[in-house]
Amino acid sequence: MKLRRALVMGGAILCAFLFSVWLNKPDLDLDPIAPPNLASATTEQVRAGEYLVRVGNCAGCHTAQGGEPFAGGRAIETPFGAVYSSNLTPHDETGLGRWTDAEFYRAMRHGRSKDDRWLSPVFPYTSYTNLTRADSDAIFAWLRALPPVNQAQPESTLRSPYELQLATRVWRALYFRPAKDAEVAAMDRGQYLVEGLGHCAACHTPRDSRGGPIAASAYMGGEIAGLGWDALPLAGIDTTHDPEGLELATLLKTGIHSRGAVAGPMADVVFESLQYLRDDDIAAIVSYLRRLPIAEVPAAPRVPRVSDDERAALRKRGAVVYGEHCAECHGDDGEGQPRQYPALAGSRLVTAVSATNALRLTLEGGFPPSTEGNPYPYGMPPFSHSLPRADIAAVLTYIRSEWGNDAPAVSVVEVERR
Amino acid sequence: MGSAMLHHGGPSDLAPHLLMRCSNRRLPRWLAVPVVLLMILCGATPVAAQDVPAAAEMADRLKACAACHGDEGRTVGDAYYPSIAGKPARYLYNQLVSFRDGRRQHRVMAAMLRTMSDRYLGAIATYYAARPHAKQPAFEGATAEQLAIGERLTVAGDASRNIPPCQDCHGEQLTGVQPSIPGLRGLPTRYLDAQISAWKQGQRQAAAPDCMGKIARSLSGAEITAISAWLASQPYPDNAQPADRLPHEQLPIDCGGVLP
Repeated sequence: MKLRRALVMGGAILCAFLFSVWLNKPDLDLDPIAPPNLASATTEQVRAGEYLVRVGNCAGCHTAQGGEPFAGGRAIETPFGAVYSSNLTPHDETGLGRWTDAEFYRAMRHGRSKDDRWLSPVFPYTSYTNLTRADSDAIFAWLRALPPVNQAQPESTLRSPYELQLATRVWRALYFRPAKDAEVAAMDRGQYLVEGLGHCAACHTPRDSRGGPIAASAYMGGEIAGLGWDALPLAGIDTTHDPEGLELATLLKTGIHSRGAVAGPMADVVFESLQYLRDDDIAAIVSYLRRLPIAEVPAAPRVPRVSDDERAALRKRGAVVYGEHCAECHGDDGEGQPRQYPALAGSRLVTAVSATNALRLTLEGGFPPSTEGNPYPYGMPPFSHSLPRADIAAVLTYIRSEWGNDAPAVSVVEVERR
Repeated sequence: MGSAMLHHGGPSDLAPHLLMRCSNRRLPRWLAVPVVLLMILCGATPVAAQDVPAAAEMADRLKACAACHGDEGRTVGDAYYPSIAGKPARYLYNQLVSFRDGRRQHRVMAAMLRTMSDRYLGAIATYYAARPHAKQPAFEGATAEQLAIGERLTVAGDASRNIPPCQDCHGEQLTGVQPSIPGLRGLPTRYLDAQISAWKQGQRQAAAPDCMGKIARSLSGAEITAISAWLASQPYPDNAQPADRLPHEQLPIDCGGVLP
């Protein structure tokens, strides 16, 4: 009896010991960090870093609205609470002042902080792990050249247990594998930009209930949790109307193309990042995106059902609303005006299974980003205060099922939930 | 932040710009001055201003703004949304930047302006500043007591509380002063009340030092309502324009939004 008890106790202790070893081990499959390859930053490196910081859109999260550039403090909303971005300026106490380039590289590639903390996966190291040492050093060199700003990173408001290091460690075990140098070296430029710094997957690959990317549905789009917008699928882009990919390139570089415009969070990405990319990098990205294979379609969000009768009534009313409020710009046949008003016929945004984006644009309106290629964009008026909710449901149902479009109806309840 | 506005200056702004371009292209230095003179003679406009769309086209581009601020930026009646037509350009520009960067809080405005360059904001401000202002009827709902308090504070201020008379900054006729100080007439009383109150609460801010914040914090809620009611009750002549200069040499208080 005594022996058995001792065995159980010993087993438990051994398990706890092994578990703690596993928790604290460095990821075993990562390549050792190369020693720093440059004693001090060169001008060339700083300049390269500035460009790479644009590619990665670091400011998108690390600059708060109206705040000091790269001093962090912006709330990143997640279904588990808000995480605040860190201060990337070289301030000794609150920023990266005491960091070395090797520590910075480890944070980017492996998601570990200077003090060995596991970083929240809100920081997309699942993508940045595909970063070369040279690019990491260049980014670090540029960040070092910023004026230091004294601004501490606010505590996250993550619910228990998500704020625990253990939760992050478990998340990493499930969803994160650091890339190997050889894998990164084998990537072409487009893949390197999309899978690495561009971190397109952060929004365009759907996530499961634990916030982990669903690998089987890579780049198939879906709801961006915390933002209330949907990401369009990047995989399986229809190339019939864009044989050379020039339209997509124009969209990424200027925010509009002949039939449409970017909206929502993608407008920020074009405004802050993509418009500054070199044409060859844009072309490389387009080429890679067009090669992405179609994957499993993620589950569509649950919306209230609309009966056939309701749908017919919505469509009838929608045609009237459309004629009064929309046709002047978007055209009687939803054809739009090139580079001014997006076409609604055949629009990926309008015909997406989820009506989220079309609904938000109708309620809130908005402008495509003003970029070098489209400095004074045409805007969409908000209709939230001028159209009844029932009319908004009707007009959305109408544009989603007219001119060859074939997407589910939008119920009044769905509009009222916004 | 102000770079977009500077592009709308006269030909004198152009010279250094061109000279730089010339030297880049290794144009003989002796040619630079004659070339600039020639450009000025030909009536060339500054480089960045050339592609700003014409007013009619701007109206199409800015339909989103008209949804609340009316055609050409004119609202009338007791709508909450202020008329923006005819306000000083620099003032409008400062407000657009403030909405975008969070010094003024309005969800719809912030969302609209989130991805707008300073250049576009400059073009929008210039467009609305050049539109004729709205013929806003005088507000008739003010009480006699409100009118008395409002007039006293507006016209005389209160030296004991460091509240200057409104016209010392906003112009003799309270129609604003070019290029940065807004007129106080022709605005809905609800809007005026909400804005001064927002300053008092710190929800609206201007560039530091925030003079209006300081003044608003010295006022009580009832006084703010009285001032708003009195201002909105004053008739507003059709031909009223922002004044070209301040009534006195200097502002009575330091204002960050008005710095040159």
